[in-house]
Amino acid sequence: MGETLKRRAAAYGLLLPGTAWLVVFFLIPLYFLGRLSLNVNLGTYYPFDWHWQNYSDALGLYDTQFFRSFEYSIAATLICLVLAYPLAYAIAFKAGKWRHAMLLAVVAPFFTTYLIRTISWVTILSDESPVVDVLKFLQIAPDGRVLATAPAVIAGLVYNYLPFMVLPIYASLERLDTRLMEAAKDLYANTATTFLKVTLPLSAPGVVAGTLLTFIPATGDYVNAQFLGGSNNQMIGNVIQSLYLKQSDYPAAAALSFVLMAIILIIVLIYIRFAGSEALMGEEGAAA
Amino acid sequence: MSSRASAPTRFWGWLREHAVMIVGLLVIAYMLVPIVVIFVFSFNDPAGRYNFTWVGFTLEHWKNVFGIPELNEALWVSIKLALLATLISTVIGTMMALALVRHQFFGRRAANFLIVIPMATPEIVMGSSLLSFFLILGTPALGFQTLLIAHVMFCISFVVVVVRSRLIGFDRRLEEAARDLGANSFETFRLVTLPLILPGVFGGAMLAFALSIDDFVISNFNAGTEVTFPLYIFGAFQRGVPVEVNCIAMILFGVTVVAMVFTTLQQRRAEKMASIRPEQEELPPGAVTEIAAT
Repeated sequence: MGETLKRRAAAYGLLLPGTAWLVVFFLIPLYFLGRLSLNVNLGTYYPFDWHWQNYSDALGLYDTQFFRSFEYSIAATLICLVLAYPLAYAIAFKAGKWRHAMLLAVVAPFFTTYLIRTISWVTILSDESPVVDVLKFLQIAPDGRVLATAPAVIAGLVYNYLPFMVLPIYASLERLDTRLMEAAKDLYANTATTFLKVTLPLSAPGVVAGTLLTFIPATGDYVNAQFLGGSNNQMIGNVIQSLYLKQSDYPAAAALSFVLMAIILIIVLIYIRFAGSEALMGEEGAAA
Repeated sequence: MSSRASAPTRFWGWLREHAVMIVGLLVIAYMLVPIVVIFVFSFNDPAGRYNFTWVGFTLEHWKNVFGIPELNEALWVSIKLALLATLISTVIGTMMALALVRHQFFGRRAANFLIVIPMATPEIVMGSSLLSFFLILGTPALGFQTLLIAHVMFCISFVVVVVRSRLIGFDRRLEEAARDLGANSFETFRLVTLPLILPGVFGGAMLAFALSIDDFVISNFNAGTEVTFPLYIFGAFQRGVPVEVNCIAMILFGVTVVAMVFTTLQQRRAEKMASIRPEQEELPPGAVTEIAAT
């Protein structure tokens, strides 16, 4: 009995510093975000006043950027999925001794600073670049301008979040029991049927995790739109950043940030409801 | 079929066989092109302030890597910040992982949830809510302290996930054996537990360091007038990023690759010795993979 109590105390003791840090500097700030969004902006100071109008004002002014953010991030997520699945499949089943080298290539972008990588796309897509010449020749970009367009921003998002899609899909494919695929073949399933009925369903947790890990950060991103987009490609992240850090309109910025979080949370919850929670919480989390 | 097949048929057969691999390699090329561009443009001799078009080859900027005082200062702030954030978050995170894997207690589920939620929150929401918190409280003043608080906050979850994934396959009989041989709790921890979980802890620490030194969004909100390496680049973008930034990026890239290879080898050795897990994974992808899978 005493031993159990001691063990329990030890568990709480080990847990305390981390829990405290996350509660004080993650959860409580979310409350402050909500509170700040209900303050009145009087120019120099911002008293609390249940000022719900911040929400209707901010959403009325910036609804375009809101819709655009979801448009871009959903497009980027789908493109990532289409690109990442074959790559993950190739690494898991076709790479052989090159598996580790290919995985290293997938994480290599993480070894260079995010901002510099995004800026290097400005070089690649600049008006004088050979890439743009090719696109011009192929009539994909007839006016010879790629920067400051929606495709440029989406391409940047795809590039930056691709590893987050590849790795979880690879992880679920790698764990897959290949005997199941052989069994399908033995039962006269062709390659396509085997893939659709066996491989794809079994890799679903990886796909769910990957889409979430891509969609969530892509929606709030403002670096790609800042560097690769024009004034017509600004996302909600750009608005929030500018309201907070340049215009000091904290209540409006907080309201937008709060709505962004709420919408993402709702989408994620609906998605998980349909796709299963193991992907986000892990098998252990789902069981606990 | 094979001997009589015409060349085009054979070509299409080959293409069909290797289609997935070809697509995969093209995607990898897409992921690596920017790194090559950064490398090549670190030798550029731009005509104006903007390093976007190729002008000519020069080693000037490599010789002058640490010749821009503001850049050096920003880099130094980033390194200090990343080291401190890594140290704190690794200690705290490892403790949490130990509690979660080895103890059953009331509130476990809530603790798991608290760890997952920050990883599922967009950075801009974390950055802006923390700024709101500091603004309303009025303390501490925005600067290095608030950056450190923020960095530890977003690193903890990742450390917990990495360390926990290593702890799950841990053979507890080794600890029991140590106790049977007369070691007390502290000695058992120091002589048996710690050396066995060290590769996982080290993996978590590396991830925390990488996340911290590369963080832009949350730092952008909570830095005040303090400038980190990514914040310097962001600020320099409008007036032209100096070529030296590319050189430093390549140095960091090189250091990371070496560290990754070293950790992977280290981990392999440790696992061979203790056979913690029947099947071992590479660290660099494994670390991130496990976060994704958890």
